[in-house]
Amino acid sequence: MSRLNTKPNMADADEFYARLMAAHDGLTKTQSDALNARLILILANHVGDAKVLNEALEAATNSARQQAGISGKEGRKP
Amino acid sequence: MTRIFETPLYPYQRSPDQDAPKCVRHPVVVVGAGPIGLAMAIDLAQQDVPVVVLDDNDKVSFGSRAICFAKRPLEILDRLGCGETMVKKGVTWNVGKVFTDTRETYSFDLLPEGGHKNPAFINLQQYYLEEYLVRRVRELEADGKPIEIRGRNKVAALSDNGGFVRLEVETPEGPYNLEADWLVACDGANSSARRMLGHDFVGKVFEDNFLIADVVMDADFPTERWFWFDPPFNRGQSALLHKQPDNVWRIDFQLGWDIDREEELKPENIDRRLRAMLGDDVEYELEWSSIYTFQCRRMEKFRHGRVLFAGDAAHQVSPFGARGANSGLQDTDNLFWKLKLVLDGTAPETLLDTYSAERTYGADENIVNSTRSTEFITPKSEISRLFRDAVLDLAVDHEFARPLVNSGRLSVPCTYDGSPLNGPDTDALPHGLRPGAPATDAPLDGGWLLDRLGNRFQLLLIGCEGPDSLEESGVDVEVLHLDPAKNPEIGSRYLGGAPKAVYLLRPDQHVAARWVDHDEAAVRAAVRRAIAKG
Repeated sequence: MSRLNTKPNMADADEFYARLMAAHDGLTKTQSDALNARLILILANHVGDAKVLNEALEAATNSARQQAGISGKEGRKP
Repeated sequence: MTRIFETPLYPYQRSPDQDAPKCVRHPVVVVGAGPIGLAMAIDLAQQDVPVVVLDDNDKVSFGSRAICFAKRPLEILDRLGCGETMVKKGVTWNVGKVFTDTRETYSFDLLPEGGHKNPAFINLQQYYLEEYLVRRVRELEADGKPIEIRGRNKVAALSDNGGFVRLEVETPEGPYNLEADWLVACDGANSSARRMLGHDFVGKVFEDNFLIADVVMDADFPTERWFWFDPPFNRGQSALLHKQPDNVWRIDFQLGWDIDREEELKPENIDRRLRAMLGDDVEYELEWSSIYTFQCRRMEKFRHGRVLFAGDAAHQVSPFGARGANSGLQDTDNLFWKLKLVLDGTAPETLLDTYSAERTYGADENIVNSTRSTEFITPKSEISRLFRDAVLDLAVDHEFARPLVNSGRLSVPCTYDGSPLNGPDTDALPHGLRPGAPATDAPLDGGWLLDRLGNRFQLLLIGCEGPDSLEESGVDVEVLHLDPAKNPEIGSRYLGGAPKAVYLLRPDQHVAARWVDHDEAAVRAAVRRAIAKG
């Protein structure tokens, strides 16, 4: 049973980050949102496994919650 | 042209009950002569359970309304003696296409597996279904079956006295009282029975309006379901085109929430919308138009004492997915035999609680699916619209996104997983026919398996030795010996890889229990369990 990999997994993290930023270069907020939505759907389909996707949703939700200052039951301790 | 829905089919006639010195008690009174009430009454009368249907009207429903009938409800209607007429008159279709703006986003083919009597879907105006059901009622009456429809009999008051239900009925000739051992409320989404008894009906309102225009025209569109997201002729909204018999086309325009109903329903405004869609030179006649909003909701329980709720009276969904009338027919299919066994004293009243348990489960399945479709079709937040549009866009070039496109998940039969009536199961047999599932059709000896099933408990012995009949706790179980060597589809659908199998079926054709070999004690225990005596 696979689990969400939260350990470093990209051979060149800086390179990916630069490419992600480049993809958004010159886009308006609306265009960037549209790009992100497509990217999420494409990657989610590639992952496929419902368990991994649920863990990813949870990890993203917790991180966003923490940033917003909402402490949830699942929220990670600082 | 006089349309069928303009002709009184069950005009008011004075009943002897109105002149009886003492209030007359009936075993079952059905409120509402829509498709669900009529199906309920026919099913009971076929079982020789006396039934009276009361309706405040005397005609079939006005306008085409429900038009998509799925395979499982057609199988149920076959058991009621109307399925073949429906399929003969209806438009059979398999292909659906989804367009975004002017592009075809994707198409689906329901590609029905061969070797089934009924097609995956037909389209037929609801008034035809009601007409065939009324005709069937007349046939049963002629055969001396205990069934009666009373037109223009409006239920004005209702009370459940514990031992029976008391009704006050208004007629053109004044009121009278009636009593019923059991009352089945099939009086639609605005059920007055539900209101008079003060029961809940909670759920989610969707803030949107849809305009239905059913038009008669000679058009060369194919017999397919066409659905548009954001078409040029209805910017920012959706639209649907679907064929019905008699050259009637269902056209459905999403309008949004903030509209002027009266203005939208003016013929010149409907005409403007139709011409934008079909072109300026099209000739058509408007058969019916209506603006609807919808809710997804259900009653918490479908049984309240001696009153049972079925169809829209008990649950309501959005029209996407054809889960309204189709699920109502599955309600009455579930209820008729339980009511019969309870009235006969064969089963305890708690069997009727399983009607509620099984059909609320079915209603939840429909509500989930229809809510998801609605959220996709009418996104209500900026972010849901963003993802919806991303899916539609990706679906053109990327196969993976097509299953995410949701223009309605079409009605499929409900499997009562986890029902208290379900008996033993085995992994050795195909998963699709596990306890709770409806029996799958297959060719049998030149006919169809499903034509041989239903209306009573049955034991299918497939390639297996066993008795020729069985009686348990007052239930006669008919035994069918099926030879998989002579009927290969029965072999592949019911055995999978197993050499033999035994299926216990309920009167609604659903599987109650199954085994890989015959064991009489186990079958007897499963029969008791299936009638809530286990």
